[in-house]
Amino acid sequence: MNDDLTAVFREEIRDLVESLERGLLDLKTRPQDAGLVNQVFRDLHTIKGSGGMFGFVALASFIHDFETAFDRVRSGKAQVTADLIRLGLAARDQIPALLEGAPDPQDIRGSILRALQALTSDPTAVPSMPDLPRLTFCLTGPALALGARPDLVLTELATLGATDIMAVADTMPALADLDPDTCCLTWTMSMPATVGKADIEDVFLFVEAEWTLDMAVNNAPLPGVAVVSADVSAATTASPAPAVSASNEAEATVRVPATRLDTLMDSVGELVTVEARLTELARQSCDPSLIATAELVTRLAGQLRDATIVMRMVPLRSLVARFRRLIHSLSDTLGKPVEFIIKGEETELDKTMIEKLADPLVHILRNALDHGMETPAERQAAGKTGEGRIELSAIHAGGEVLIRVRDDGKGMNPERIRAKAVERGLIQPDAQLSESQIFTLVFEPGFSTAETVTEVSGRGVGMDVVRRTIESLRGSIDVESRLNHGTSVTLRLPLTLAIIDGLLIDVAGEKYTLPLATVQEIVELPAEKSQASLTGDFLDVRGKFVPFVRLRTMFDCDAPLPESQNVVIVEAADGCIGFVVDHIIGTNQTVIKQMSKLHSGARSISGATILGDGTVALIIDVPQLVALARPQGDLVKELAA
Amino acid sequence: MSELTRKTEELTVLTLSIGKQMLAIPAANLREILDPLPRTRVPGAGNAAPWVLNVRGAVVPLADLGIPLGILDQTSRDAESDARRFVVLEVDIGCDKAIVAILADVVHDVTAIPADKIEPLPAASQFPAGFLTGLYRGSDSFVLLPDLSAIFTTLAQRSAAA
Repeated sequence: MNDDLTAVFREEIRDLVESLERGLLDLKTRPQDAGLVNQVFRDLHTIKGSGGMFGFVALASFIHDFETAFDRVRSGKAQVTADLIRLGLAARDQIPALLEGAPDPQDIRGSILRALQALTSDPTAVPSMPDLPRLTFCLTGPALALGARPDLVLTELATLGATDIMAVADTMPALADLDPDTCCLTWTMSMPATVGKADIEDVFLFVEAEWTLDMAVNNAPLPGVAVVSADVSAATTASPAPAVSASNEAEATVRVPATRLDTLMDSVGELVTVEARLTELARQSCDPSLIATAELVTRLAGQLRDATIVMRMVPLRSLVARFRRLIHSLSDTLGKPVEFIIKGEETELDKTMIEKLADPLVHILRNALDHGMETPAERQAAGKTGEGRIELSAIHAGGEVLIRVRDDGKGMNPERIRAKAVERGLIQPDAQLSESQIFTLVFEPGFSTAETVTEVSGRGVGMDVVRRTIESLRGSIDVESRLNHGTSVTLRLPLTLAIIDGLLIDVAGEKYTLPLATVQEIVELPAEKSQASLTGDFLDVRGKFVPFVRLRTMFDCDAPLPESQNVVIVEAADGCIGFVVDHIIGTNQTVIKQMSKLHSGARSISGATILGDGTVALIIDVPQLVALARPQGDLVKELAA
Repeated sequence: MSELTRKTEELTVLTLSIGKQMLAIPAANLREILDPLPRTRVPGAGNAAPWVLNVRGAVVPLADLGIPLGILDQTSRDAESDARRFVVLEVDIGCDKAIVAILADVVHDVTAIPADKIEPLPAASQFPAGFLTGLYRGSDSFVLLPDLSAIFTTLAQRSAAA
């Protein structure tokens, strides 16, 4: 049980540390934001509190001193400076080591703390003790007349842990003016930090009283009655105490190990498959009650599937924190100040996708800063602001998520990329390439135009990994760039990896599934085009010429031709292309199964799915098939060689 | 090889035929033996593992060991006989375990063979030495012991390079 609790604690600490880092980085841009200072302080406070509770004494005492520094900032005795942020981040980095109980032979922690203290200490202030929140209350109106008993209230507060209780008699009138039904005393006391506003509200539930819980009493004079009302408003506008917010969150969310979600998703995948089989059997039986039941199962399986997919969705925010840190330290190292803007961090993606996206995005961001961004001097010479701008944005678009990294740096030079690609033997010197095709060359293995290899990037490894990872997620990459205006790299990703809507097609008696998201439209193949011809084939779709390929040829089928064939027009990277199929069977829920390693050579196939009748249908990898269908490029190369 | 070097021990194998050639598969690799199921051709997959099957909800490649082992006697290979079975195996591909199925024209039985009866492949054999761990004399002909891990790892590498 202890292990369980410790695991929960570690998880909580991880979140808090993440939130702390976010807060510190936000403070860098908005140093005057009192809310942020409070947030940082709260995070520190909660880490200290739970650390102490779980016996991480070293952690608790380290955080205590860290917290003290921020307490000074909070109470206005110290300023948020770049040094403070840097020290704060350095201190934050010590937390995982403290959690692991790692030793600190060089006394890094001590020096960080001393630096923090030096930075925030106020020479006139007494070295601080941890200040406990101070509760002040007085009974108002006819409270006493209504039977309120201050002694009982005080007893109740004492059971909450109130100490140092004092009565303030400043407003006591002369004896002649004293109304025995009015309480003229005000009480103040120290409350433990764990007591939240809600606990105190409970005490005063049936008592007419004015009270305030002041967190920031730091050697300040005790508040008299006159300031009580002002403090009430301050207390209500301040954020709730940590204990309260933590308990609310615990009610709203439940932590589940990721493996359980994977198991659930697998089971739902099986269920969807079985459901398809049941529907097929029900249809064949023609038994109305069985058909009705099968329909019910279909609906429920659909709901369960959607719920499971949503459960696996994780906001991009969980990734973004480390990117901000990366940009922050990288821009320091490289001497290129940048403003890092994040838009749409609430955009949700399947959790496996989020995990796999981390490395590619790190590569892209590093490249943007290292290669894309100029130095401040270069920027000013080019008439730009000294501080660069890198924007990471994420939006949902249809069944896809678009993640874009845009910088306002020097942009990519198509001529230089082309020259480099020719030098590296990636393309022929006279290859005809569009600008966007040239830009995508940077994702080829071994390509790098950086003249100097820096510690950060420039070795030409990385960008090809980016492309491979994105393709393995069934996504694609677009690059746009304007010289001196910047570059934007867009990752297009499917929402989920596990189940897609598919279009089931028949090619010479074999069944294949096309991802429905890629399908544009379906037309009939004109009779005069039904035979394969040697020349390139085009279809006239409402005045647009659409090239098409025959899947029978692509898949080496030699069954006799059916009477009529259909053309499925799909969206490819550069325009539409038609796939000639025998006929369309319909749409289906496609639970994606990975192909074995033995079939990694079947490039036109991205996976497989099990149909209602128990047979396997292969899922067509549209971009790969389009690429395979385009041998002309090679022909051009060969002729040129 | 480790099973074979323990001289005093026995190796439990499943014997099956591809064409007229008998093979022995270590029982440790055996998962199940299935009656023929509908199989799906994988375009561009090559002829050694040209299909996939649905084995209890998993998509499993179906391989023909006759191709890598160079079993030339292909008489009756393409005829669907009643004796044909799909043998599902768990093999090592590289460092990972993977489930694959192989075609068997006839499945015979499970027997224990004394390890010292297993002989190395003669140097002048027509079979690819890298894909066999040895052979032994059966009741009426010799039986090949395929090196499943070597065969499937090679097939996977060849596929990845294609």
